[in-house]
Amino acid sequence: MLKINNLHASIEDKSILKGINLEVKPGEVHAIMGPNGSGKSTLSSVIAGKEEYEVTEGSIIFDNEDIEELAAEERAHKGVFLSFQYPVEIPGVSVTNFIKTAINESRKARGLEDMPAKDMLKLIREKAELLEIDRKFLSRSLNEGFSGGEKKRNEIFQMAMLEPKLAILDETDSGLDIDALRIVANGVNKLKSKDNAVVVITHYQRLLDYIVPDYVHVLYNGRIVKSGTKELAHELEEKGYDWIKEEVNA
Amino acid sequence: MDLKEKLVSSFLAFENEVNIDAFVHDVRTDAIKIFEEKGFPTKKEEAWKYTSLNTVLKEDYSVFPKQESALDYKDVKKYFIHDIDTYKIIFIDGKYSSHLSQTTHGGIDVCLMSSALSKPKYQPIIENYFNKAAEKDSLSALNTAFSNEGAYIHIPKNKVVEKPIQIIHFATGNESATMLQPRNLVVVEENSHVQIIERHQNLTQNPVLTNSVTEIFAEKRAIVDYYKIQNDNANASLIDNTFIKQDRESLASVHTFSFGGKLTRNNLNFYQEGERMDSTLKGITIIGDKQHVDHNTLVHHIEPNCESHQDYKGIFSDKATGVFNGKVVVEKEAQKTNAFQANNNILLSDKASINTKPQLEIFADDVKCSHGCTIGQLDESAMFYMRSRGIPEKEAKALLMFAFTNNVLESVKIPELKQRITKIIADKLGVDIGFDL
Repeated sequence: MLKINNLHASIEDKSILKGINLEVKPGEVHAIMGPNGSGKSTLSSVIAGKEEYEVTEGSIIFDNEDIEELAAEERAHKGVFLSFQYPVEIPGVSVTNFIKTAINESRKARGLEDMPAKDMLKLIREKAELLEIDRKFLSRSLNEGFSGGEKKRNEIFQMAMLEPKLAILDETDSGLDIDALRIVANGVNKLKSKDNAVVVITHYQRLLDYIVPDYVHVLYNGRIVKSGTKELAHELEEKGYDWIKEEVNA
Repeated sequence: MDLKEKLVSSFLAFENEVNIDAFVHDVRTDAIKIFEEKGFPTKKEEAWKYTSLNTVLKEDYSVFPKQESALDYKDVKKYFIHDIDTYKIIFIDGKYSSHLSQTTHGGIDVCLMSSALSKPKYQPIIENYFNKAAEKDSLSALNTAFSNEGAYIHIPKNKVVEKPIQIIHFATGNESATMLQPRNLVVVEENSHVQIIERHQNLTQNPVLTNSVTEIFAEKRAIVDYYKIQNDNANASLIDNTFIKQDRESLASVHTFSFGGKLTRNNLNFYQEGERMDSTLKGITIIGDKQHVDHNTLVHHIEPNCESHQDYKGIFSDKATGVFNGKVVVEKEAQKTNAFQANNNILLSDKASINTKPQLEIFADDVKCSHGCTIGQLDESAMFYMRSRGIPEKEAKALLMFAFTNNVLESVKIPELKQRITKIIADKLGVDIGFDL
């Protein structure tokens, strides 16, 4: 589904990603871990199509197509979803209207009519329930004044609405208390199928107790320096990242 | 002969032509003297520092409409708010069009300035109110000198006018260039409510310059909501001078939606002559090309326990230029005043510009006054967020701009008008999305 080959990316001439290789197949859950500043968020932004980053080498293949030249919205229409570490506040646009617009724009791109209002409402109700989101919450301005937990739940709610093929969860666990973490993880797990895939980007192992990865990769200094199974995450939790750094630097 | 000379020299002929009483005659004669002395404002004056009338004044305007024109309703229907029942006072090249209008004298007067100025039965109102709110600046004086036609609205005590009143000025381009000087008088007595929508529309590419004066009197506990749709074509310029005198416990609001026109100058003045009242001044400006919109506002707090709320949003692209000059005066007696002012702007191009200047003159010590102006670009992180959810760039931009203007749009009390403004904004932004914010 996703194949990243020798990906190099930079921002304002500062090189951040220095040759990433990663393959994600349908049905899989991958975790990308690593110390601060290792390039985790850059990787997720580059996959989602943030224009500030320049891809200087390598390729991103999604569903057998090189998506490197595509705009962020076109990638979204193909089924790429990024859950933001810091969801942006947009005063004046309600959660409901935002998601309606997003869904109908995606449908338009696929040559479909707008979703009938009744179906939309039903879908919203269903997915809001899954994430234990109150109806009043849906008429509030997007992310404005939301708590950390509300923001992340709202991200997963949007993911549930958009049903992406590939969901990248960038530090979704940060700012969540244990109850919110359980709700969010439960939502992600219910959305998982053999046809879609999830990439979890996280600093800590905590979230991986709930969203269990098939593969764990360690990103350090713009490269994946170690890959393994979920046991690797436990090892990192115990020992920290220093031993990895030492291994690499040696 | 320049425009000033042309206007001054044609004044006498104009005075002889129209049938008016001595009071009005005196007012006009004084007014032309003021204009003759002051002339058109120039950039040397502080209040006109960022707006030059030079290019607008160099046209050879016909200052009086010579012939009457007719228009078919179906050809101009789109300029009306036509999906609700309204009173209509419609002018074509400055002359009243009975064909397009729907006026009334049933308990309220929704009719013509020309009859109010000439018929004895209106004389008491005219002598009490005419030119009593307008300032003696040169442009208002010029309008006063030639005041003859416009809307005359008089709502006696305890009347809620159920239907909004539309005032539309059409220009047909029969002359190669036309100058229009409509004069409106709105008197709303105790406990009465009225809603008014005003629009100016040039129907051809021939230049039009409109120098309009509107005087509004909101008596005790009256509620007046005035909406200005400024969406004219690229050859039309408008100088709008609006003066509102409020008595105690009245509520008055003016919303100005500036999307079109070549040069637009809004001189909007509120005078609070009583206690416990509220004045609202809101505007949305969305312009591009080389358009210029200047909002020059004044709120004069004279008595205690009053509020004023100003909220102007501007979006400027291409080489468009904007000006916001908001003055709030709080007199020594006006304790417990709450005065708020906000002017927020987005510049979408490097060549667009906005000059914004809040001016507060506060002589009372127990007041709450706030002002804030911002100038920014569209939030890039918000753009990426929206696009990553599948909303294309153009639509994402439009959504952000709608959101930016939303709290002004929200306070429009006529749903059909709100819908129309939303549609105009969507057209202006080149999007067709049914988001209802």
